[in-house]
Amino acid sequence: MKPVGIILRREFASYFATPLAYVFIVIFLVLSGLCTFYFGALYERGQADLLPLFNYLPWLYLFLVPAVSMRLWAEERKTGSIELLFTQPITIWQAVVGKFLAAWAFIGIALLLTFSIWITVNYLGNPDNGAAFAGYIGAWILAGGFLAVGSCMSALTNNQVIAFVLALVVCTVFTLAGFNMVTEWSHELFAGIAHWSFWGEGMREGIQSFGAALTDGIATLSFYTHFSNIMRGVLDLRDLLYFALVIVFFLLASTVLLDARKSR
Amino acid sequence: MIKTQNLTKKYQWLLAVDDLSFSAEPGEVLGFLGPNGAGKTTTMRMIAGFITPTSGSASICGHDVLSAPLAAKAALGYLPEGAPTYGEMTVHGFLDFIADLRSLEGTHRKSRLDYVIGRLQLEPVLEQTIETLSKGFKRRVGLAQAIVHDPKVLILDEPTDGLDPVQKHEVRALIKEIAREKTIVISTHILEEVDAVCTRAIIIARGRLVADDTPAGLSARAPSGRLDDVFRTLAA
Repeated sequence: MKPVGIILRREFASYFATPLAYVFIVIFLVLSGLCTFYFGALYERGQADLLPLFNYLPWLYLFLVPAVSMRLWAEERKTGSIELLFTQPITIWQAVVGKFLAAWAFIGIALLLTFSIWITVNYLGNPDNGAAFAGYIGAWILAGGFLAVGSCMSALTNNQVIAFVLALVVCTVFTLAGFNMVTEWSHELFAGIAHWSFWGEGMREGIQSFGAALTDGIATLSFYTHFSNIMRGVLDLRDLLYFALVIVFFLLASTVLLDARKSR
Repeated sequence: MIKTQNLTKKYQWLLAVDDLSFSAEPGEVLGFLGPNGAGKTTTMRMIAGFITPTSGSASICGHDVLSAPLAAKAALGYLPEGAPTYGEMTVHGFLDFIADLRSLEGTHRKSRLDYVIGRLQLEPVLEQTIETLSKGFKRRVGLAQAIVHDPKVLILDEPTDGLDPVQKHEVRALIKEIAREKTIVISTHILEEVDAVCTRAIIIARGRLVADDTPAGLSARAPSGRLDDVFRTLAA
């Protein structure tokens, strides 16, 4: 059996060997229910779709996914099992991917268990189930993005708490980058800078358009921008490609970090 | 089967291993002696491919650890210091996991697992989680994962640390039994172990090799004829 599969199986089983998994899943379900029905006002909205849930998922993920990812590598270092793992005939990349996939599958299970919300919406109305299904896929893929960042942060440090906080901060930056609130603020910021009397006339426009381009560029890097398309049920190849690239990038970064720390 | 050449590891603040060159052949049980902090574990970690050397090279069965790591690690059984394992797994589950990673299959896998479990007397604790085991059992589980795939080369970091006298004897007997066609390196503080098990001993102090001889040859260097005194003189 391939090393990735072997490590995936082991990791996945270890989640359920302790109360960790159950506690996490319960909290996730309670919070997602709270977000959907209370903050998202599913009943009041009167619309049969899952947008109330999907709208809040990035914020849920922000706290819950780093909690899963923080122990990916920090735990191995603490117990010393990392020495056992990396002296087996496997590559670091295989170990990184195996652990990531196990964590991703675990979050997938947690997501699946929100199916009661889906049933509720189906009972109350006539939702577009295709869109809902696509939304769930998008939600899962979004979790993958957060996880990949978390894996990288976990590889960066020995301390689980630091790994948690770093993952939270980086994911926040990625999420907020595409928000209207942030893009507008950024446009205004550059408009403000452009109006300093310091610059010559010709520079003003240039600065503003540079600022606009920079902001839009960062917005395209945002998790939220790409997820908001998918959660409405549109599986655009560009959005999927974006997430695939982000995940691969951060997993590669994890591998490089783990390798680099070997020679220090 | 193990060959190191000018193996060096320099940390920012410390030269842990300084230009270490030695080799070991099948049938040899090489003892690594040295005071704490001498660089024994660091050396073993470099040979096992866990740490990257600053310079120099190491090879296992002809496979260079840096350029052919998978082949080198496949030929190696390694027991890290402290015998780390995945504590939440059962002994059986853990050995299955290692057997999977070592690509053991079918009847060969079953017979290797049976042999290792029997030889290290792990039957009573097979379904217990490793974190609940006593130190002696934990170390035997660590040994089991190192030998389950019948590797040609074994590197054991303090294999009898924390074991009671009966268990120490058993482990040493096991090492002597399998030493015939294998190359084994053990690191130890216990000088009687060197006499009991090793065919050759290397003394490392402050990262450098200071002696390489048979246990008898080393003992002869001191007027008292005791390895203890030789060790203290050389390692001081």
